[in-house]
Amino acid sequence: MNKPLPTLTLKDFASDQEVRWCPGCGDYAILKTLQKLMPELDRPRENQVFVSGIGCSSRFPYYMNTFGFHTIHGRAPAIATGVKLANPELDVWVITGDGDGFSIGGNHMLHVLRRNVDLQILLFNNEIYGLTKGQYSPTSQPGTRSPSSPMGSVDAPLSPCLVALGAGATFIARSIDTEAKHLSGVVADSHAHKGAAFVEILQNCPIYNDGVFEQVKDKKLAPDFRVEVEHGEPIIFGKDREKAITLDRESLSLKVIEVAGNEERVLVHDQHNKVLAQLLAAMSGPEFPVAVGVIYREVKPSFIDDSMNQLGLARDKAASLEALLYSGHTWTVK
Amino acid sequence: MDLAEEELNEHHLDENRVVDVVVRFAGDSGDGMQLTGANFTQATALYGNDLSTFPDFPAEIRAPVGATFGVSAFQIYFGAEDVTTAGDALDVLVAMNPAALVTNIANLVDSGLVIVDSGAFTAKNLAKARYDSNPLEDNTLDAYRVLSIDISQQVLNAVEPFGLSHKDALRCKNMWTLGLVMWLFDRDRQPTIENLKKKFAGKPDIANANIAALNAGHAYGETAELPAGIHVYKIPKAKVAPGTYRNITGTTALAWGLIAGSELAQIDILFASYPITPASNLLHELSNRREFRINTFQAEDEIAAVCAAIGASFAGSLGVTSSAGPGIALKAEGIALAAAAELPLVVVNTQRGGPSTGLPTKTEQSDLNMAMFGRHGDTPIPVIASSTSTDCFDVAVEAVRLATKYMTPVMLLSDGYLANAAEPWQIPDVAAMQGFPVQHHSEIEGFKPSLRNAETLARVWPKPGTAGLEHRIGGIERSYETGDISYDPANHQKMTDLRKNKVDGIAKDIPLQEVCLGNDSGKLAVVGWGSTFGAIHQAVKRCREEGLDVSHIQIRYLAPFPANLGELLSGFDAVLVPEMNTGQLVRLLRSEFLIDADALNKVAGQPFKIGEVIAAIHEKFADMQQL
Repeated sequence: MNKPLPTLTLKDFASDQEVRWCPGCGDYAILKTLQKLMPELDRPRENQVFVSGIGCSSRFPYYMNTFGFHTIHGRAPAIATGVKLANPELDVWVITGDGDGFSIGGNHMLHVLRRNVDLQILLFNNEIYGLTKGQYSPTSQPGTRSPSSPMGSVDAPLSPCLVALGAGATFIARSIDTEAKHLSGVVADSHAHKGAAFVEILQNCPIYNDGVFEQVKDKKLAPDFRVEVEHGEPIIFGKDREKAITLDRESLSLKVIEVAGNEERVLVHDQHNKVLAQLLAAMSGPEFPVAVGVIYREVKPSFIDDSMNQLGLARDKAASLEALLYSGHTWTVK
Repeated sequence: MDLAEEELNEHHLDENRVVDVVVRFAGDSGDGMQLTGANFTQATALYGNDLSTFPDFPAEIRAPVGATFGVSAFQIYFGAEDVTTAGDALDVLVAMNPAALVTNIANLVDSGLVIVDSGAFTAKNLAKARYDSNPLEDNTLDAYRVLSIDISQQVLNAVEPFGLSHKDALRCKNMWTLGLVMWLFDRDRQPTIENLKKKFAGKPDIANANIAALNAGHAYGETAELPAGIHVYKIPKAKVAPGTYRNITGTTALAWGLIAGSELAQIDILFASYPITPASNLLHELSNRREFRINTFQAEDEIAAVCAAIGASFAGSLGVTSSAGPGIALKAEGIALAAAAELPLVVVNTQRGGPSTGLPTKTEQSDLNMAMFGRHGDTPIPVIASSTSTDCFDVAVEAVRLATKYMTPVMLLSDGYLANAAEPWQIPDVAAMQGFPVQHHSEIEGFKPSLRNAETLARVWPKPGTAGLEHRIGGIERSYETGDISYDPANHQKMTDLRKNKVDGIAKDIPLQEVCLGNDSGKLAVVGWGSTFGAIHQAVKRCREEGLDVSHIQIRYLAPFPANLGELLSGFDAVLVPEMNTGQLVRLLRSEFLIDADALNKVAGQPFKIGEVIAAIHEKFADMQQL
């Protein structure tokens, strides 16, 4: 019997803790969007569990009035996997950052995605280490000057969405901290997905990496440097929606074209096409707009479902500890 | 104290009434020595002897045939009296090739029996074992009784009717040899025959060939003219308490103990682990037991394994993780998180030779320091150790009890010897075991995640999914009062004290330390922990028979120590602590109780011999007399 859930509001999902991020941090906007979205998901509040690692973003669970576990650096995906295995009824959210998720915790990220564990993984990517005061991260652009790279970093960065795709993720999306409506839609989609849902949120760090996403966030610049992809829709951008993405079949690469006169060449987004997802996820400025929205989605059995099915089969067997102890060869001394 | 060995005057086969015997089966990794040993063990248990076994196999999965580093052995000590080790020296050595002979002959007592397959003593195999000349033909084996048989040829003849390939036919050698040894000790072959039928159910030819080989080996003993002094030995049955028994290894006992713990605590267990020698078998055993309240998860690494276990505990199940030394080191940060967040967790360390990769297949007790202190911060956790293979069952149950009752990680120490060694186990009456059902917190009124039991100091365990109990915890220091993040200096002192007091308080909830053999006070206490139990027990027993005032104390609870341990030890003039490390428990006892305890250390990847402990006891008494 389904009891109707009590009507909850944003306030019901705000904890009594004072939020302690720097003024102007993109995390505030993400927190607000999540708190506002939660009642709309229409799931019991007590079934929401937020698990995080270490870093600025990982303080997130303290501010959600749900169950929350702030754990250790990089390990949130592993801990969340344990939570979900112990109780598949729970909605488990992993909150992580570019350092937590792809540097110290890169291995766990890889495996939670390939296993397709039923979780929502929200990766706040600000391309910098915030909590340790500004060192370059595995997503920092080459040449990033930081306390540990005074002459500029020489590491090549990784692309979170591409790594997720390579790891076999079944849901990959990208959004922006301050684009509340878009972010809310993408996160709602991630919640509806069965399996591991990976959402990269471009998030501005006003202290150590301010403006790194200026082109995709600025109201004036964004139309030329950002494209919102939607399944079944043509991939069009620009102030007057005058530009589009097309596939050059000769070189198997994407190209920016004028829409006018090329209408039939405009690429239509197919979120189930993995090759296209790879091309779209890799687009970056200034040559290409950055793709936001649901880039890839695949229907695949989830690790939790498969595990629970196995467990169910195993538990069809009668379990008697006494029978186990007496199994095999025994002998009796009188 | 320096390690010395007293050769025990044990030439069992020469005694008028042979009451106990040590047999070692040794051959190539591919010769099936472990299977041979397991079947002989079963037959011996059914015969009614007490016994202890020790499988000793190489780290290499398939070492080159005939190589000394590929020798796989199985040792069994059985007899009419209580047997607690696999034996110091061998009475019977079965050597399937020159490599098996050269690596084991030094352990055979003078006039002991060596059975060799002369068919395997080819020039090639002799060279691999680095024999310059054939030991069957020179004076190498003059001190022993030698039964040199071309087993290979005997087997080929015996299995000829079954039309096996030459290679498959030779694979029956181990069963022929087993048949011969079974004749030697009057064992019943029928259970082995049943086992073979079951094992090769789909291949009747192979099953029948093996059975024929087994019977042929037995018939050889009965009919062949054997050298003088080789005959059937009838070992009297052991006097054991009435009850139903089975053989069990430490790994299986530990797995079943966790299952029993989950039933007694009425809680689901998530066992999350990453394969590592010699701990992997625990994961295998439990993966096959998911009909119980157990689920298993093979994580991507050691860290993920402990973290998944902690996640399960946060969600209201009991997380259990398992590894050996290097893997436990990787889990240290996670264990401290569980301690800080006050979540239950059981960590099983099947210790092996260290440091680093060390000796993965050999046994050692060198992780006690890590268990006690191997964490950042002031992070006390309870540490308990099993002393015998069968003890692993009880210790696993106790680990579940302590973890869930005190909301703390518990370190359970086993080792490679206990994990693989088997001994008879009187099957406990599980219906009579005292339950300790877990109570998840349910009271919404006045709920705070920092609420705790005034007596145990354990934090409440609120389960996600319970409306009204939404809360946040984590690794940041939490307010004693509210459970919220707190950087307050006085609060950190209070929480640090709380964590210590909680673990110290467990001393009130565990049995007082008993003396397992000997008087409660006197001249010398030999104090052990873990798998040294067997050797200490036999050594103390024999020294007491000599009239020495010596007692054996075996410590299960290493943190916290039993409340009376200091007082108990102070009742002895001297304390001797044999350990398979460089002196980790002895240092704890000295610092904790300010007593003059002496160390006896062996770090050779092998268990203590009885004679080594006896030598140390004798030396200790000699020292005391001089004073």
